[in-house]
Amino acid sequence: MAPSDPSGKKMGMWLFLYTEIILFGGLFVLYAVYFARYTPDFIDGAALLDRGFGIVNTVILLVSSFFVAAGITAVRKGHTRIVLAGLWGALACGAIFLVNKYVEWGHKFENGIYPGSETLVDSPGGLNLFFGLYYVITGLHGLHILIGMSLLAVCLVLVYRRKITAQQDALLENSGLYWHLVDLIWIFIFPLFYLVV
Amino acid sequence: MEKTAHIFEYKTLALTLAGLLIMTGVTVGAAYIDLGWVNVWIALAIASIKASLVLVVFMHMKFEGRALRWSFLSTVGFLAVMIGFTFWDVAFR
Repeated sequence: MAPSDPSGKKMGMWLFLYTEIILFGGLFVLYAVYFARYTPDFIDGAALLDRGFGIVNTVILLVSSFFVAAGITAVRKGHTRIVLAGLWGALACGAIFLVNKYVEWGHKFENGIYPGSETLVDSPGGLNLFFGLYYVITGLHGLHILIGMSLLAVCLVLVYRRKITAQQDALLENSGLYWHLVDLIWIFIFPLFYLVV
Repeated sequence: MEKTAHIFEYKTLALTLAGLLIMTGVTVGAAYIDLGWVNVWIALAIASIKASLVLVVFMHMKFEGRALRWSFLSTVGFLAVMIGFTFWDVAFR
């Protein structure tokens, strides 16, 4: 049987997470510069976003992280049913998050607020930039939610097949780390887009 | 060699979630009080505290060794330089 290397696997995942942090970090550099230059337009932009959606999505992701963390505790204690509940719960949260995003974006599209729309092109530069950043950052984040959900779904199947156990939980732990990072990124996205006053 | 399992009890995780939800409420509430340019920094400060909780508890950073802690802090430091210095540059043009 091949020797396992749980520490190595974990460090490998963290190194990847660092690249993700820099990826979103680059977008936040853009945000920071344009926010400083066009503060009033950014405030107007934030007012056009639906704060309720932002709050609900924030709560959903925080709860989902709790589910995933509980899953790790459970796998180490051998509470298989709780592992499954945690993974199903996190997947459900992710799905609801994406549905919310779909409704939120759809509403914006209907009101003529989408990249390249006449409304945005004709509006002050700062507002156009705000929504450009909004769509790119939340879009990229949404893609990461999908990737995270895929990882968790794989874990779910492997737990059912008893391939993920207390002795072999590296995949679950790493998938959890990825999911928590996606939550972390949203923790910053939320105030920067929805709470600008 | 046996791996000693690092476990946070369910109760600890639940309390952490409660803290995160409370802080979400605080940051939303703060957005209704107009303090000018201070608002952004308050929001970022609260977000950083929330992020630290997720990091230390949910992501088990509390149990990790120096390699992980320092590599993580370096990444955040790099980010701070990337954002801060760009800001600095643009602000004085």
